[in-house]
Amino acid sequence: MSQQYPVLIVIVPLLSAFAISIAGWVNKRLCFPIIVTALGVAVYASVGLLLTVLEKGVVIYHLGGWPPPVGIAYYVDHLNGLVLVVVSLVALLNVIACKKSIELEFPDKAAPFYTLYILMVTGLLGIVVTGDAFNLYVLLEIAALTGYGLLAMGEERAPLSTLNYLYMGTIGACFYLLGVGYLYIVTGSLNMVDIARLLPPLYQSKAVLAAFIICMVGVWLKMAFFPLHAWLPNAYTHAPSAASSLIAPLVTKVMVYVMIRLILTVFTPEFAFATLALNNVVVWLAVIAIVMGAILALAERNLKKMLTFIIVAEVGYMVGGAWLGNRAGMTGAILHIVNDALMTLCVFLVVDNIVYKVKGYAFEDLQGLFRKMPFTMGAFVVGAMSIIGVPPTCGFFSKWYLILGALQAGHYGFVAALIFSSLVSVVLFFRIFEICYYEPFSDHHGHDHPPEPMDEAPLLMVVPLLIVAVILILVGLYTGDIVNHVIKFAIPEGLV
Amino acid sequence: MKIIGLIITIITGAFLVYAAVDFPAWADPNSPASTYLSPYFIENSMKDTSVPNFVTSLLADYRGFDTMFETTVIFTAGLVCFILLRISGGKEPETRHYRHVLTGVTVTLKEGRKIPASEDFERIDDLWTPPDLIIKTGCRLMIPFIQLFALYVIAHGHSSPGGGFQGGVILGASIILLAISHDLRTALERMREKVVAILCPVGVAIYAGTGTLCLLLGLNFLDYSALASVLHVDPISARSHGILMVEIGVGIAVMTTMIWIYNNISSAGKYNQGL
Amino acid sequence: MSELIPTIIAKYNYWIYITLMMIGLYAMIAKNNLVKKIVGMNIFQTAIILFYVSIGVKKGATIPISTGGHGAAHEVVHAADYLNPLPHVLMLTAIVVGVATLGVALALALRIYSRYNTLEEDEILAKIRKK
Repeated sequence: MSQQYPVLIVIVPLLSAFAISIAGWVNKRLCFPIIVTALGVAVYASVGLLLTVLEKGVVIYHLGGWPPPVGIAYYVDHLNGLVLVVVSLVALLNVIACKKSIELEFPDKAAPFYTLYILMVTGLLGIVVTGDAFNLYVLLEIAALTGYGLLAMGEERAPLSTLNYLYMGTIGACFYLLGVGYLYIVTGSLNMVDIARLLPPLYQSKAVLAAFIICMVGVWLKMAFFPLHAWLPNAYTHAPSAASSLIAPLVTKVMVYVMIRLILTVFTPEFAFATLALNNVVVWLAVIAIVMGAILALAERNLKKMLTFIIVAEVGYMVGGAWLGNRAGMTGAILHIVNDALMTLCVFLVVDNIVYKVKGYAFEDLQGLFRKMPFTMGAFVVGAMSIIGVPPTCGFFSKWYLILGALQAGHYGFVAALIFSSLVSVVLFFRIFEICYYEPFSDHHGHDHPPEPMDEAPLLMVVPLLIVAVILILVGLYTGDIVNHVIKFAIPEGLV
Repeated sequence: MKIIGLIITIITGAFLVYAAVDFPAWADPNSPASTYLSPYFIENSMKDTSVPNFVTSLLADYRGFDTMFETTVIFTAGLVCFILLRISGGKEPETRHYRHVLTGVTVTLKEGRKIPASEDFERIDDLWTPPDLIIKTGCRLMIPFIQLFALYVIAHGHSSPGGGFQGGVILGASIILLAISHDLRTALERMREKVVAILCPVGVAIYAGTGTLCLLLGLNFLDYSALASVLHVDPISARSHGILMVEIGVGIAVMTTMIWIYNNISSAGKYNQGL
Repeated sequence: MSELIPTIIAKYNYWIYITLMMIGLYAMIAKNNLVKKIVGMNIFQTAIILFYVSIGVKKGATIPISTGGHGAAHEVVHAADYLNPLPHVLMLTAIVVGVATLGVALALALRIYSRYNTLEEDEILAKIRKK
C-alpha cells in the first residue's frame, strides 16, 4: 500500500467529499467524523511519503499505468513532500478547531460547507503532488472554485469581494493555461520533467520567454503579489471564520510553491535567472510589496484586515527570496512557505476564537482579552513573535536565511525592507497587546470593579490552537534539521 | 478606468503578438505539437484500448485522471450554486395563489392556508403566464426522443463524436426544457431536489470508484486492465469497458449538475415558479 | 517587409485569438455592469480555447476517429491522416471549467443583486460607502 501513497493523498479526501455530500441529505451527524478521518489519512500518507522520499529519493507514480509522457505522472521529491505535510496538517488542525464556528454560522448548510472544505484541500494537495502541467491547471481550478464558494458565505460584503477575487483568479488561471499552451506548442509535451528536458535547445526562442513571463504573471495574480494584490484584503476579511483560516494560510503558499516549481524544475534556474534580466525588477517589486503591506497594515483599525495586509507582505518575502538567485535566498523562501503557513494558521485561529466569543474583530472589541481568554492570547503572542521574527520561533530562522541570501546577492534594499517590516510588525502587534491587556474603561471611580471571569473559547477550539503554537516553536528549534535533510536536496546543485 | 483598461490591453496584446512570431504556421504538419506525442495516441489507440475514437480513449484512459477532476469541477459548480443561493423551507407563513382552471379566477390565501391538491385548482405564482397548449404538448412529445438521443450519444462515444459530457448535457437539457415549457414545479415533481442532489456526487463517485476498484485489484489508480479479472475479458477489452463505465458516471454527474444549477439560479433559491 | 506579409497570413489564427482575448480583457477591466464583466470573462476563456484547438490542425487531415471503425484493430494507422487529438481533450476540460466559473459568477451576481438591488459597480460602491 505504501507505493500507493501518492494517489491516496488525493483520492481519500475526494471520495470522502462525495460521502459527506450524500451524508448531508441522509444523516448530518456523520459529516464531521468522515472529514476528520479523511484528513487524518491524508496526513498519515503525506508523512509516509516524505519519509519514503528521504530514504529512497524521488517517488514517481504512473496514473492509469501509462508511463510519462504518454500518461499523467505524479512526481514527489523533497520540495513536494515537505509542502504536502504542511498542507494536510494545517487542514486537519483547522477543521477540528472550526467545527463549533461552522455550526454556529451555518447550521443548515454545514454538510455542503464541509464538502467544499475537503474539495479545496483535495485541490491544494493535488496541485502540490502533480508532475503534469495541465493536471496542475485542473486542480488549480478546483481549489479556486471551492475557494469562491467558501469565501462568499460570509457577511454582507462577501459576495462582491468574492466576485472581484473571481475575476482576478480567472485571469490568473487563464494566463497559466496560456503559458502551458505556449510550452506545448514549442515542445509538444505536457509533463514537467519532459518539458525541462526538451527546452534547453529552445531557450533563445521568443515563445519560451513569453511562456515564462505569462506563467509567472498568472501565478503572481493568484498569490496576490504586488501590484496584483488588490483582491486579497477584502476577500479574506469578509469571509466566514472557518473559510478564512483555511484559505489564508494555504492558497498563497501553494501558489508560491507552484512558482518555485516552475523556476526550479520546468525552466531551470539557469534560464530563469541568467537568460532574462528580470531578477532585479522582481526583487524591487517584492521590496515595494513588503513596505506597502506593512504601511497599509498600520492604517487598519480592524484585526482581521490588518492580518491580511501582513499576508501581502509575507508573499513579498517569499517571492523576493526566491528571485534573489542564490541558494540561501531560495532556502529562505522554501522554509518561509512552511513557517508562514503555520504562523498564519495560528493568528487566524486566534481571530476565529475571538469572533466566536466576542462576535467582532475591530480593535474596540479586543479590550480585556488577556484576562478573558488567556490561552488564546498566549498563542497569539507566540504567533506575533513568529511574524516579528523573534527566536526561537520559526519566523526568525526564515528571515535569517532571507537576509543572508540578500547580503550574498548584494541586494541591500531587500535587507532594509525585511528589517523595516519587522519593526512595523513590532508596532502593530504591541499596539494590539496594549489594547487587549487593559480592561474596558468603566465608570466606577474608586469602586473595586471585580475582574471579568475567564470566558475562554471551547476546548475543541483552544487545543488545536495551542498545538499550532507549540509546533511553531518546535519547527524553529529543528530548523537546522529541516534545512539540512530536506530543503538542501530540494534545490538543484547548480544554484549557489 | 477605461484608459487604464485600454493601456493594459494594448501592452498585453503587443507582447502576445511579439511572442507569436516564433510559433509554427497554421496547419503545419511538422510542428512539435503534431510530431512528438500525439502520433503515439493516434497509432496505438486501437491496439491498446480497441476504441476507434482517439479523443475518447485519450480523454478517459490515457489522461483519465484529468477527466475525473474535470467532473469534480462541474460537481463543485453545482454545489457552490446550491450553497450560495438555496433558501430552505418557508419560515414564515406564506401567501399562496391558486387559479380555478375552468373559469380563470385567481384565489389568494394568506397566512399559510392551502387548498388540498385537486383537479380544479392549480397553484401559480407572481410570474405566472397563460400556458400555451402548442408549446406544452410539443415539448412533451419531444422530450423522450431527446433523452433517447442523449443515451445514444453517451453509449456511442467510442466510435463517433460523443461521450459522457455531451450526452449528459443533452439529458440535462431535456429536463430543463420541461421546466421552461411548463413550470419549475412540474420539473421538480419529475425529478426531486433530493434525487438530483444525491445523484450528482454518485455520478462522480462512479468514476472515482472505478479507479479505486482498479487500485484495490492491485494495479495503479485508473489502470482499467485490472478490471479484466472482474469482467472476465482480455485486458484490452477491459479498457474499453472501463471507459464506458466512467463515461456513464460522467453523464450522470453532468446531467444532475445542469439541472441543479438551473433550478437554483432560475428561481433564486426559492424553488417556486422559476422562469 | 516582403517576407512579413506571408508570415502574417500564415499565422492568422494567432492574430484572431489575440484580438478576442484582448476584447475580453478590456471588457473585464473597463465595463461597469457586473454581467458585462462576466461576459468579458467568458470571451477571454473562449479565446484561449480557440488558440489550443487551432494548434491541433494539420493540413489534409480528417477528424480523429479511426475510419476503419471497430473492425480495424489490425490495420496500420498513419498519424499524419488524423488531427491532433490532445488539444481537443485539453479543451474539453477548459470548456467545462469555463461553464463552471460562469455558473459560480452568476450565482454571486444574483446574491449581490438581491442585497444591493443594482448590478452597476459604481452604484454598489456608493451604497457601501454610505453605510
